[in-house]
Amino acid sequence: MKPLRPGRIVAFTLLLMGGIVMIMPLLFMLATSLKTSSEVYELHLLPREPTLDNYLEILTRSPFGRWFLVSFSVASLTTASVLFFDSLIGYTLAKFRFRGRTFVFIAIMSTLMIPTEMLVIPWYVMAKSLGWLDTLWGVMFPGMMSGFGVFLMRQFFLGVPDELLDAARMDGLNEFQIFWQVALPLVTPALSALAIFAFLGNWTAFLWPLIVTSSPSLYTVPVGLASLSGEFQTDWEMIMTGSSIATIPTLLVFILLQRNIISGIMLTGLKG
Amino acid sequence: MASVGLRAIRKDFGRTQVIKGIDLDIADQEFVVFVGPSGCGKSTLLRLIAGLEDATSGDILIDGRVVNNVPPKDRNIAMVFQNYALYPHMTVARNMGFGLRAARLPAAEIDQRVTAAARMLGLENLLHRRPGELSGGQRQRVAMGRAIVRDPQVFLFDEPLSNLDAQLRNQVRTEIKKLHQDVRRTAIYVTHDQVEAMTLADRIVLLRDGRVEQVGTPTDLFERPANRFVAGFIGSPAMNFLSATLENGEIVLPWMRLPAGIAGSGAVEIGIRPEDLLAGDAAPEPYRFEALVRVVEPMGSEALLVIAVGGHEFQVRLMGRIHPIAGTRMLFAINPAELHVFDAATGQSMPVVQAR
Ligand SMILES: Nc1ncnc2c1ncn2[C@@H]1O[C@H](COP(=O)(O)OP(=O)(O)OP(=O)(O)O)[C@@H](O)[C@H]1O
Ligand SMILES: [Mg+2]
Repeated sequence: MKPLRPGRIVAFTLLLMGGIVMIMPLLFMLATSLKTSSEVYELHLLPREPTLDNYLEILTRSPFGRWFLVSFSVASLTTASVLFFDSLIGYTLAKFRFRGRTFVFIAIMSTLMIPTEMLVIPWYVMAKSLGWLDTLWGVMFPGMMSGFGVFLMRQFFLGVPDELLDAARMDGLNEFQIFWQVALPLVTPALSALAIFAFLGNWTAFLWPLIVTSSPSLYTVPVGLASLSGEFQTDWEMIMTGSSIATIPTLLVFILLQRNIISGIMLTGLKG
Repeated sequence: MASVGLRAIRKDFGRTQVIKGIDLDIADQEFVVFVGPSGCGKSTLLRLIAGLEDATSGDILIDGRVVNNVPPKDRNIAMVFQNYALYPHMTVARNMGFGLRAARLPAAEIDQRVTAAARMLGLENLLHRRPGELSGGQRQRVAMGRAIVRDPQVFLFDEPLSNLDAQLRNQVRTEIKKLHQDVRRTAIYVTHDQVEAMTLADRIVLLRDGRVEQVGTPTDLFERPANRFVAGFIGSPAMNFLSATLENGEIVLPWMRLPAGIAGSGAVEIGIRPEDLLAGDAAPEPYRFEALVRVVEPMGSEALLVIAVGGHEFQVRLMGRIHPIAGTRMLFAINPAELHVFDAATGQSMPVVQAR
């Protein structure tokens, strides 16, 4: 092993501290889910008698399974939609010259500056007049495309050489085939990153699903868990149990996709 | 069988005129090279023929048929790109067969064509590699293979050698020439390297600023340049130019007078190629002059010199294994048969009648 230089020691110490700060709440969540309700407010990490009762209870006595299904459908459908449309729009903005291109791009970028809190009221009015209140589609529609995704994909598509697209044109592909078979495979790192962002964002979305849904059968996991905290008491161990289960898909998505976030294949078909 | 014709082709990008009216006929099986300085519109012209750009006006004919509205894939052409443009995520075999697959050829036929092309180019062992795992020369050959499998009537090349090192460049250049002799198809080749143009072309089209300066065989352009620009562009080292005056059929230089056989008087520019400045005893009297040898670059069987006379410097290419010494004075002579005279105002060549 190489001897550690002082700079590296400092760096590693800082990273370790950062890591601990990040992981502590998660550990607490996991620990609390294994505690009994009498033990919840004792602030030691390890449960005295670890038990899986909470898990059994939340899965059998609450509609948690249903919420999980709703969340999963919402998150995967919106992610699929974001991946498809954002990359299509990003590709068009990066690779085609047309009148108003810059304007469209700036317009899309400017949506990034508007916080969700400001949008929920217009969304609500819109959903109401279109009859989307308390429907699955109503939960999903604001997340079907994202300005950030368009920006991200555009930046990556800018790096795809025009020559490759011309080569595909000579090979007789139509414009959609060029996008699908040539350009898209070259930006898989960006697609993976975007998939993670989109999935996590929609999986943990709270404010909008809370507003648009009223029947518990359409609650997403965060909304459902929040409904567990009542007016006079909050079942923290239940909420933490639900949260622990809810972490699993996000972890899976991350583990499956992060392998793809390696750049480098991009330019290898060209020189050097 | 495919000829290519350009009729009054113009191309504007927004307000910039890039191609300013080009007429050209390329015969079937001919190897034509577009050459010219950077930015003169060579690639644009090639892309117009390929169908990757639409002409602003004018007609493009392939095999006598106007193809202005025919998409690239139906023009029966293939193109080799400057940076190879191989699909990085596909193997060599898939890269080569991609166009055929898009055309829905049966898998067996694709296989057979790819194998045949790979054998021709010595790529058999690389078919399962990805472009990233190939050397520059190998990528170049895959790019050619991709063009060959389509069995096109016309091959288009856009500076295919510019990313290879000098040694490989010569080798691949020879391969391209051989390929052309084997497949006998029309080829249009873009380069800004005049050596490539001279060695490959049946005919050279010299472009400048969106216009054709001269069309002809390499020998035509070298020996009978139409104007000063062509004369300066073709040949390496470049032609020496010098302002002079024409007085009653004689060219007057500050230190000598040359018989030119051109009637009239006025300002002219004379051009002498470095290889047409000879050692003094090789030409008769009126063409001789004494000059100071400034620099000597020996190159084995020849030497490149810089000589100075009358306040001017000339490049000289002197054949022979015995080289002069820098700093000495020496007798030189202008090869009378190869003296070029250009109108100083228009740059056009003026015919020189030799009084031999
Ligand atoms: N898509 C485009 N939009 C605007 N201008 C363009 C476009 N393509 C080319 N041009 C301009 O047209 C001119 C000719 O370009 P072209 O690529 O044909 O030159 P070239 O002769 O191939 O040069 P090089 O030897 O550098 O490749 C250049 O001035 C270039 O800036
Ligand atoms: Mg070019």
